[in-house]
Amino acid sequence: MLGFPILSLMLAVPLVAAFICLFVNAPMARTVALAATLANLALGVVLWCQFDVGGAQWQFQESKELFSGFAWKLGIDGIALLLIMLSVFLMPICVLASQSIEKRVGEYMAAFLVMETLMIGVFAAQDLFLFYIFFEAGLIPMYLIIGVWGGAERIYASYKFFLYTLLGSVLMLIAMIWMVQEAGTTYVPTLMAYDFAVDAQKWLWLAFFASFAVKMPMWPVHTWLPDAHVQAPTAGSVILAGVLLKMGGYGFIRFSLPMFPQASADFVWLVYWLSMIAVVVTSLIALVQHDMKKLIAYSSVAHMAIVTVGLFSFNTQGLEGAMVVMLSHGLVSGALFLCVGVIYDRLHTREIDRYGGLSINMPKYALFFMLFTMASIGLPATSGFVGEFLALAGIYQQSSLVAFVAATGIILGAGYMLYLYRRICFGDHKNADAAAMPDLNLREWAMLAPIAAAVLWMGVYPESFLAPMRNDIRYVETRLAAGKPVGDAQLTAGKPAAHADHVEHGGAH
Amino acid sequence: MDLLQSLRIAAPEQLLSISAIVLLVASAWGQTRRDARAVTWLAVLTLFVAAVMTAPVLFQGLRGEAASAFGGLFSGDAFAAFAKLLIYAAAGASLLVAPAFFEKHRAYRPEYPVLVLFAVLGMGIMVSAQDLLTLYMGLELNSLAAYVLAAFLKPDQRSAEAGLKYFVLGALASGILLFGMSLTYGFTGTTSYAGIAAALSEGTVSKGALFGITFVLAGLAFKVSAVPFHMWTPDVYEGAPTPVTTFFATAPKVAALALTMRVSLEAFGPQSAAWQQIVIFAAIASIVVGALGAIGQGNIKRLLAYSSINNVGFILLGLAAATPAGASAMLFYLAVYVAMTIGGFVAVLMLKDAKGNYVEAIADIAGLSRTRPLLALGLATVMFSLAGIPPLLGFWGKLVVFQAVVEAGMVPLAALGIAASVIGAFYYLKVVKIMYFDEPAGKVTGKSDMVHEWLLAICALFISPLGYLITKCLIALATVSAGVLFVAA
Repeated sequence: MLGFPILSLMLAVPLVAAFICLFVNAPMARTVALAATLANLALGVVLWCQFDVGGAQWQFQESKELFSGFAWKLGIDGIALLLIMLSVFLMPICVLASQSIEKRVGEYMAAFLVMETLMIGVFAAQDLFLFYIFFEAGLIPMYLIIGVWGGAERIYASYKFFLYTLLGSVLMLIAMIWMVQEAGTTYVPTLMAYDFAVDAQKWLWLAFFASFAVKMPMWPVHTWLPDAHVQAPTAGSVILAGVLLKMGGYGFIRFSLPMFPQASADFVWLVYWLSMIAVVVTSLIALVQHDMKKLIAYSSVAHMAIVTVGLFSFNTQGLEGAMVVMLSHGLVSGALFLCVGVIYDRLHTREIDRYGGLSINMPKYALFFMLFTMASIGLPATSGFVGEFLALAGIYQQSSLVAFVAATGIILGAGYMLYLYRRICFGDHKNADAAAMPDLNLREWAMLAPIAAAVLWMGVYPESFLAPMRNDIRYVETRLAAGKPVGDAQLTAGKPAAHADHVEHGGAH
Repeated sequence: MDLLQSLRIAAPEQLLSISAIVLLVASAWGQTRRDARAVTWLAVLTLFVAAVMTAPVLFQGLRGEAASAFGGLFSGDAFAAFAKLLIYAAAGASLLVAPAFFEKHRAYRPEYPVLVLFAVLGMGIMVSAQDLLTLYMGLELNSLAAYVLAAFLKPDQRSAEAGLKYFVLGALASGILLFGMSLTYGFTGTTSYAGIAAALSEGTVSKGALFGITFVLAGLAFKVSAVPFHMWTPDVYEGAPTPVTTFFATAPKVAALALTMRVSLEAFGPQSAAWQQIVIFAAIASIVVGALGAIGQGNIKRLLAYSSINNVGFILLGLAAATPAGASAMLFYLAVYVAMTIGGFVAVLMLKDAKGNYVEAIADIAGLSRTRPLLALGLATVMFSLAGIPPLLGFWGKLVVFQAVVEAGMVPLAALGIAASVIGAFYYLKVVKIMYFDEPAGKVTGKSDMVHEWLLAICALFISPLGYLITKCLIALATVSAGVLFVAA
C-alpha cells in the first residue's frame, strides 16, 4: 500500500484544476485541464500497479469521520479499479477532443474536471450517502455541458437528461435511507453482506432499479440518451457513453445484485424481457438513423442490454462478460463518438448522407473507424468480442431464449454498424466538401491511437483486465448463489471421452 | 424561581427592547442619511450582542426548570436559543442589505432598523413562549412591526399594497389563531403549554379541543405560509421592498415554524395523532403547490416566494414525523433554508441595471453567467441547493428530513415528498438555464455593494460542499435543541 491517500488525491487534482480553469484564459485553461487529466492518468497507472491482484477485497481504503450521518470512506476493489482506469484514461482524450470548443473554454474545462472528480468518486465511495452525493452531483456539470455547449436542441435535451435521471434517483435515496436505518450503517461492504428481509428486498431492488435503469439506460427509459448524446459536444458524448452509462452497470453489480440477491432472482424476468426488447428494438431503430450520433447512441442502448443480460445471468462468465462489455463499450463507443467528432469538426453536420467515400481522402481515419466499427460488432481480437462472448456464454447457461435473442442483437449490430461504415467510408465521393476533408492530424492521432491500442489489448489478452476483478466477481456470485433462479437452459455436460478418442485418432496420422 | 433569575433568562429580550426604544427615541432627532446608517449599525451590533448572550444557552443545552422564567410563561431554553440565533442572523443580514436599497429610492430612515428590532423582539418571545398568551403577545409584536415594514417604501404602490394585504390577512390569521386558543382554553382549562399537554394526555381528545387544535394550526399555517393558507405570500413578497422580503422569508418563518413546533410537540404533543394528518396534508400540499406555482412565474421574487412555500412543505414533513429526529431535522433544514434564502435575495438585490435600478424580471437576467460570472455562480449555487441537488447543503437538509420521516415509518409519505421535489427542480433549473444557456440580455450591468457581495459569498460557501464540514456540529446542536421539546415524553 501507498503512504499517501491516493484516492483522495485523485479526487482533488481535477477539482483544484477546475478552480484554476475558471480564472485563466482559454489556452491556459486547455493546458491546465490537459495537465491535470494526464496527472490523474499517471496516478491511475500508479493505482493499478500498486493494486494487489488476488489480495484483499478492498484496497487503498481511507476513512475520516468528517460529517454527520456519513463518512468520507473511500476504497476500491477490482471492479472499481477498472472503471476508475476507464475514466482517467478517457479524460485526457476528452480534453484533446474539445479543441473545437471556442466559447467559454475555462468554464467548459472546469465542468469536465469536476465531472472527472465525481466519476472517480462514484467508483471509489464506500459510504452509501457519499456514493449518492457523487452519483447525483454529476447531473449539474453534465446539465451545463449539454446546455451551454450542445447543439441546436440542447435545452430540451439538458432538461430531459436532468429530470429523467433525477426522478430515477430520488426513489433510490428513500431506499437508501431505509437501508441505513435497517442495517444501522452506511458502510457499503457491510451492506453488501447484509441480508435484508425478502419482502423489503423487493421494494429496495425496485427503487434502485428505477435509478440504475435510467442511468444505464434500459428500454423503455432510454429516451433521454439519444437526445443528450446528439446535443452534447463530442467530448460530452464520450464521457456520457464512456463512463456515465457505466454508473448504472456499476450500481447493479455493487448494490442491486449483492445487496438484494433474492429480489434480483425474483425480478430476473423483468430484466430479461426489458433487455431482450432493448436489444432488438434499439438495434432496429439504429438501422434507420440518418444521424451518426443518434445511431451510435441507440447502439449504446443495445450494448447496455447485453450488459444487463450478462449481469443477471448469475454466473461468473456472465458477470465477467458484462464487466468487459462495459469497459469495451466505454472505449469503443467513446472512440466512435470521437470519430464522428473528427468529421463533424470538418463539415459541421452529422447527417450520414453528406459523407461518403472517406476512405479515399482520409485513409488513416477510415482505418481507425474500421477498427472501432469491428470492435463494436464484436469481431474476435477486439475487446467487444471478449465481452459479448462471455456475456452470451453466461446467459446461455441460464436461459437459452435470452441468449438466442441477445445474439440476434449482435447480428443486427453488425448490420447497422457495417451499413454506417459503408455509407461513410466506402463508395465514391458524393459531396465535394466531404471529398476535400484532410486526413487525421496529430491531435486526432493522439486521441484515437491510445484507444485503439487498448481495444486490441483487451481483445487479445483480456486476462490483464479479468484478473483484478476475478475475486470480486466471485464474491458477487457467492452472494447470488443462494437465490439463483432456475433457468430454461438445462444444460448437461458433454461426453469428453468421445472427444479424447477423436484426438487420439487424429494423432495417429 | 425569583425575579432576578427570570430577568437573567430573558436578558436578550430586554437588551433588544431597551435598545429598540433608545434607538427609536434617537431617530426622532436624527433623520439624515448618516444617522440612519449609524442606527442600522447600532441595531446590527445589538443583534450581535444578543446572539453572544444567547449562544451559551445553546451550547449548554439548557432546558426545563433551569430555563423557565416568569412563573412558567417564558423559557430561555436551548430550543429557543437555536431559533433565536437563526433569527438574529437573518435579521442582521436584512439590516445590512437595506441601506443601499432604500437610499436608491431616497427612502431610508432610521425607523427601519428600529422596526426590525421590534419584530425580532417579538419573534424571540414567540419561540420562547410557554403559554398561549405569551405566544400571542410575541406574535402580534412581530406582526405589527412587519405590517409597517412591508409598506415601508412609501412612494411605491406595490409596497403599500403589500402592507395592506399583509395586514388584512395577517389580522384574519391572528383572529383564527385566537379563536383556536380560546377553544383550547375552554376545553383544557389552561393556557400554559404544560397544562394543555397534561389535560390532553388523559384519554382521547375531545371534539372541542380538536377544533381548538385545528384552528390554532390553521392560524399558524398562515404565518408560515403553508398551503392552503399561502395565498398572500407571492403578493407580499413581490410588493415589499426586497430587503424586507429577505427579512420576511427568513426570520419570521423561523420564528413561526419554531413556534409551531413548540405548540404541536409540547402543548399538543400527547395527541400527535390528532394533528399529524393536518400537518401531512399541509406539507405535501405546500411542496406540490409551491413547485407548480413557481413554474409560471416571471418575477424572481415571486419565484422565491413559491420556493419558500415549497421549502416550508419539506420542513413540515419533519413535523409530521412528530419525533425528536424529525424536530432536529427541521431545525437543521431551517438553518440551511435561512442561508439559501438570504443568499437568493441578496443575489436578487445585486441585480441592477446600468442606472442602478433593481431588476426583478427573470427574463432580464438572461446570460448573466457571461456578464457577471460570479454573481451567476452564486445564484446558481442557491438554485441547485434549493432544488436539493447534491453536493450542495440543501440536499442534506432534505435528506435529514426524509430520514426522520422514514424512521417514523412513513415511507410512502417520504416517497411522495421526494417525487414532488423533482417538480420543484424544474423551475430552479429554469433560472439556471436562463442565466447560463441564453444569450445575454445585457440588462444587469450595475455595480453591487461590497456588503452584498460578502453576504452572498458567505451564504454560497455555507451551502457549498464545504458546508458539510460543519454538519457534525450543527446537527449535534439541532439534536440537543430539539430534545428540549420532548421533555415530557
